Amino acid sequence: MSAVQETVTDAPAVEAVPKRAMTLGTGTSLVMLALLIAAPLFVKNFIIFQMTMLLIYGLAVLALNILTGGSGQFSLGQSAFYAVGAYTSAILMEHVGMNYALTLPIAGLVCFVFGFLFGQPALRLSGVYLALATFALATAMPQLLKLGYFEHWTGGVQGLVVTKPDAPFGLPISQDMWLYYFTLVITIAIYIFSVNLLKSRSGRAFMAIRDNEIAASAMGINVALYKTLAFGVSAGITGVAGGLGAIAVQFVAPDGYTITLAISLFLGMVVGGVGWLPGSIVGSAFIIFVPNIAEGISKGLSGAVFGVILFLVIYLVPHGARQVALVAQHLVGKLKQR
Amino acid sequence: MLSRPNFLPAAFAAAVIALAATSQSAFAQKKYDTGATDTEIKIGNIMPYSGPASAYGVIGKTEEAYFNKINAEGGINGRKINFISYDDGYSPPKAVEQARKLVESDEVLVVFNPLGTPSNSAIQKYLNAKKVPQLFVATGATKWNDPKDFPWTMGWQPSYQSEARIYAKYLMKEKPDGKIAVLYQNDDFGKDYLKGLKDGLGGKASMIIAEESYETTEPTIDNHIVKLKASGADIFISITTPKFAAQAIKKLAEIEWKPLHIVSNVSASVGSVIKPAGFENAQGILSAAYAKDGADPQWDTDPGMKKFLAFLEKYEPDGNKLDGSVVYGYGVAQTLVKVLQMCGDNLTRENVMKQAASLKDFAPDTLLPGVKIDTAPADFAPIKQLQMMRFKGEKWDLFGDIISGDLSN
Repeated sequence: MSAVQETVTDAPAVEAVPKRAMTLGTGTSLVMLALLIAAPLFVKNFIIFQMTMLLIYGLAVLALNILTGGSGQFSLGQSAFYAVGAYTSAILMEHVGMNYALTLPIAGLVCFVFGFLFGQPALRLSGVYLALATFALATAMPQLLKLGYFEHWTGGVQGLVVTKPDAPFGLPISQDMWLYYFTLVITIAIYIFSVNLLKSRSGRAFMAIRDNEIAASAMGINVALYKTLAFGVSAGITGVAGGLGAIAVQFVAPDGYTITLAISLFLGMVVGGVGWLPGSIVGSAFIIFVPNIAEGISKGLSGAVFGVILFLVIYLVPHGARQVALVAQHLVGKLKQR
Repeated sequence: MLSRPNFLPAAFAAAVIALAATSQSAFAQKKYDTGATDTEIKIGNIMPYSGPASAYGVIGKTEEAYFNKINAEGGINGRKINFISYDDGYSPPKAVEQARKLVESDEVLVVFNPLGTPSNSAIQKYLNAKKVPQLFVATGATKWNDPKDFPWTMGWQPSYQSEARIYAKYLMKEKPDGKIAVLYQNDDFGKDYLKGLKDGLGGKASMIIAEESYETTEPTIDNHIVKLKASGADIFISITTPKFAAQAIKKLAEIEWKPLHIVSNVSASVGSVIKPAGFENAQGILSAAYAKDGADPQWDTDPGMKKFLAFLEKYEPDGNKLDGSVVYGYGVAQTLVKVLQMCGDNLTRENVMKQAASLKDFAPDTLLPGVKIDTAPADFAPIKQLQMMRFKGEKWDLFGDIISGDLSN
């Protein structure tokens, strides 16, 4: 049996999500936005830091969501792109002395190119094989960062310490709060970009490829180009998230970007709902807070408790936060009718 | 030179400080920073309870058990220790999150014994900026002894470099014409160690004729050993973690290479390295130690170890005395208790660092006889001494004097 036949007869790996179902309604979006803007005014710096990390991981999950939910390609190698972004920002800030804000677009661009190039060989692979190839990328990355050749730049195993930026123009807010709003602005910009991307011609091409590659190419879509493009865009956004992560954590080291991170991001995407962009932030909250909750329940068995929680989530709401949101929407709709 | 206009404000400031000091001592004997009260001292800790280094999580559990013991015995000057320990999974970003949680949300007095070089590097700047003690970090990297740039960070165990220097001293004395082959782990531990070895050999660094590094992800290191044997070296230094140290010992026996074999202290455990590798293969291996080995029967009658074993029985029944991490956790927790006792009623962060930097000849129960903890305002390396030992029969025989691997000499 030929590979082509298999592709045609197999059910698509990712369930088709209509593009309107990928976003939130205007009202809900505005409420969310107001919450995100107002919340830091009432909480401690530590919580603000956690919220910043929430947005940053949210961005990384969103990037994976575009790749998997949008174009139907799997990746377990997002940690590699995240690492490249983080190191690009850190090296530019510490060795070149560049302003932190300027390093982000460069980090994004470097990762876009890296992702696009990686997408070329990945074209020949699909499904689990692609997942494995990206997995290899994620395992290789920490060791590449330790290589002696780059040690002058990367700091080798010791990593690099990054200086945290102060609020500009003498604004009377803490470093944490400034960084939070800075991250929030970037997150919103990227979110709007992503929503528009998926609604655009390119987005439709991604989704056509996801749903049926052969049909898509029959319709005249350049499958190879759009598949690599999806990889590039996803890697680019992950790179920006990585750069922001380096600034927020103030430290980069190879051990921070292991395969565990890639799996966490993948997990975040599934929990948030594959193909549902707002779910990214829910998924990000899951990978940040649930380990802490699990640890609170039992220190020795934190991993097992985390596993049980994850199992329950996947078992009860297999489509993640999207499913919960749909049920909630349904209930609200019913209430309105009465 | 102090110019005139600057002098007045300086004098004024000095006067104010003097006044403040006297008034405080007149009004209150007790002084507290965040995290300490009349009844409680909050101690923060970060450990890899999950992830690749989770075997070290035992250290956190032992420390908690030790503080339970202290609390059951009435606490420190009447104050109970509230030990808050979080999991970072050996991930630096997570360590930053947990350190911030400890400082800003739990409001601990000190962050005590966080584990791992990457995690500690990640939180060092933050804790120093916040002026929160990062006390007795659980890593052997040499960089923690830097009171000038990082006055709030202090190590505990002998640094890798100082241990390597001890071997260098020994080799230059006993085998000045030897040819050394080094196998090291390609990470901060291996590289720090190799540097110490080369620095220790100084002008004789050319004694090292072959170097091989391995990754922790490699399933076996056999090919590296074969290569090193081919170099014709007659001294083999194994800068390895337990799994690989055991592999090396076995492989050496297998290919009948019998050099002078030195194993780093990290892998000197009888229980987890020598026994699996086979006692018959390990005869004559050299290493150095600063703590007693729970697997070694020669300590069964030692008063310090008796206290340690009694503690295990009562407060940590599932703790394995053969596990070096348990012995470690006990010793470092005991050192912290000593420092807090010295602080008396002045439980400010500044005083904790001051007392930690004025330990004199302190000997926790689990350290080798003669190894003492000494610190000073310019010396943030508590343990600097080790003793050489040779494996014979089924245990290590200590020999020679307690040697200091101090970087200054």
